[in-house]
Amino acid sequence: MDLFNNLALGFSTAASPWNLLFCFTGVMLGTLIGVLPGIGATATIAMLLPITFQLEPVSSLIMLAGIYYGAQYGGSTTAILINMPGESSSAVTAIDGYQMARQGRAGVALATAAIGSFFAGTVSTFLVAIFAPPLTSIALKFGAAEYFSLMVVGLISSIALAHGSVIKALAMVVLGLLLGLVGTDINTGTPRFILGIRDLSDGLNFVAMAVGVFGVAEILRNLENEQTRSVMIKKVTGLLPTREDFRRMAAPILRGTALGSALGILPGGGAILASFASYTVEKRVSKHPQTFGKGAIEGVAGPEAANNAGAQTSFIPMLTLGIPANPVMALMIGAMIIQGIVPGPNVATEQPALFWGIIASMWIGNLMLIVLNLPMIGLWVKLLTIPYYVLFPIILAFCSIGVYSVNSNVFDLYSVAFFGLIGYVLVKLHCEPAPLLLGFVLGPLLEENLRRAMIISRGDATVFFTRPISATLLAIALAVLVIVLLPSINRKREEIFVED
Amino acid sequence: MRGFSINGRDGLCAAIFILLGVFFAMQSLGMELGTAFRMGPGYFPLVLAGFLILLGLIILVQATQYAAEPVGPIAWRGMFFILPAPIVFGLTVRGLGFVPAVFLTAMIAAFASSRMKPGIALLLVSGLTIFSVIVFSYALGLPFRRFGPWLD
Repeated sequence: MDLFNNLALGFSTAASPWNLLFCFTGVMLGTLIGVLPGIGATATIAMLLPITFQLEPVSSLIMLAGIYYGAQYGGSTTAILINMPGESSSAVTAIDGYQMARQGRAGVALATAAIGSFFAGTVSTFLVAIFAPPLTSIALKFGAAEYFSLMVVGLISSIALAHGSVIKALAMVVLGLLLGLVGTDINTGTPRFILGIRDLSDGLNFVAMAVGVFGVAEILRNLENEQTRSVMIKKVTGLLPTREDFRRMAAPILRGTALGSALGILPGGGAILASFASYTVEKRVSKHPQTFGKGAIEGVAGPEAANNAGAQTSFIPMLTLGIPANPVMALMIGAMIIQGIVPGPNVATEQPALFWGIIASMWIGNLMLIVLNLPMIGLWVKLLTIPYYVLFPIILAFCSIGVYSVNSNVFDLYSVAFFGLIGYVLVKLHCEPAPLLLGFVLGPLLEENLRRAMIISRGDATVFFTRPISATLLAIALAVLVIVLLPSINRKREEIFVED
Repeated sequence: MRGFSINGRDGLCAAIFILLGVFFAMQSLGMELGTAFRMGPGYFPLVLAGFLILLGLIILVQATQYAAEPVGPIAWRGMFFILPAPIVFGLTVRGLGFVPAVFLTAMIAAFASSRMKPGIALLLVSGLTIFSVIVFSYALGLPFRRFGPWLD
């Protein structure tokens, strides 16, 4: 069996002492930033990206992936204990998880989240292993038109996930695409939009931009009204769920895993959408929906399984097609490029150890999270008492060091300040930065594939609709756009996002 | 007839998108456009810029339809200290070197919070500088000069 040979290769790569160490570092760092509010996985990965340049490609990607799913894990810990989701994907967990904690069942809620996440992580790791190879072989048949249409799907789906106005999110995507085109046009060598600044001829620096709009802007937003977090945490006891608890969490975990795995694969989809969807489903199928919001264990088990499954399967489009499903995956692609690996369907065949090593490390990382974190909850909780004013000078110093070390170019640091300001203004105007960043990464690729498709078809734009895969993808994009623009769904969507 | 009113937040948002769209469009028009068959460097950005202007106009129209909630507090003090911090790092890292640059950057940033006291700031920033030097300079071996030519 190919699958088992591949997984064996993956586990032998991921289980080397060196890679285990980086996996461990990644999940620990991830949990740490997941617990600490005010710094997210995106900013952390952007910050650490330059440092991973010194590592082996596989070790660096294993560590970055660990940060991503570790952060989700840490985020749910704070969501349950103090009703403050460290990451947006655990916003839903806070609803019932915090109520459970108030009823003295914090330990059970944490254990439920951990069991749900681990189960979902195990299943979705296998799903990635099963579905990645066939998708890769489909992807190898992709021409320019298909790639263009696929990216359109990704960009449109990122709009569905943004808070607030759909039109604003669309405008952010378009602005991101335009910013991505700044620099020298690869086909003709014409400098574009560089305003005579020579440092811009290679384009805007992606890391500087990510650190600016996610890291710096986030710090500014947190400084608006500083309040002391009064953290009242009782000792967490009674981790073990009762037999009744197990019975009630089983079905939600299964449904959450299925839902999360499916939604995670969609470009632009992923963990956040999955957890919201799972909560809605659980509430609908429950025989006692009135308990939701009052400490229903189903409301913790389902969404936690879903967000972890979604986080894992969102690696599929990145690993097989080289298309990022969310800003974190965009950064992972950045990490691959720094390492000299061309992301796309060839990674699986040319770098099997890397490809399968990452997949296997996800399962190992999940195991580490469950084994190490439940006993360490007390420590993570203590971290919450660190005041924010101690954290952000540290964050800012690390951001500066990280960005500078990419190219040793001081211009990148000025870009950080510039994008920090832009990011803050846009947040104040209720424009989400995630679609902007996704547009920025995909801008050059989108243009390149559009141009190539048009040259191949001799200027005939119908090529996008006559090739079946491309037409299907565009139909999906159109459907998503229509759905989010429908007034009723739009209102519902805004309601959902208001909760976090 | 109701009077013409516009909500400030979305009006400003629309204005930013429209102005940026116009900027990109004008720049694109200055480049070779080419045809749909063989697109020049200006073709795709011009299409995008047009789209951005259109979206800006839609936001503008929507802004006259309903009022938005107030913008909320603005982190003036935060902006005043946080935004210059990376710039100071950029200005000093070559001349003064890595150690003073980290120290200055973190020090400036520390004062963005009204709760920070000078004593704590000094302690925090010194600790952070030592940590950074050990991790980034010695352990990871990033090729920075610890003290730059300005201090020689």
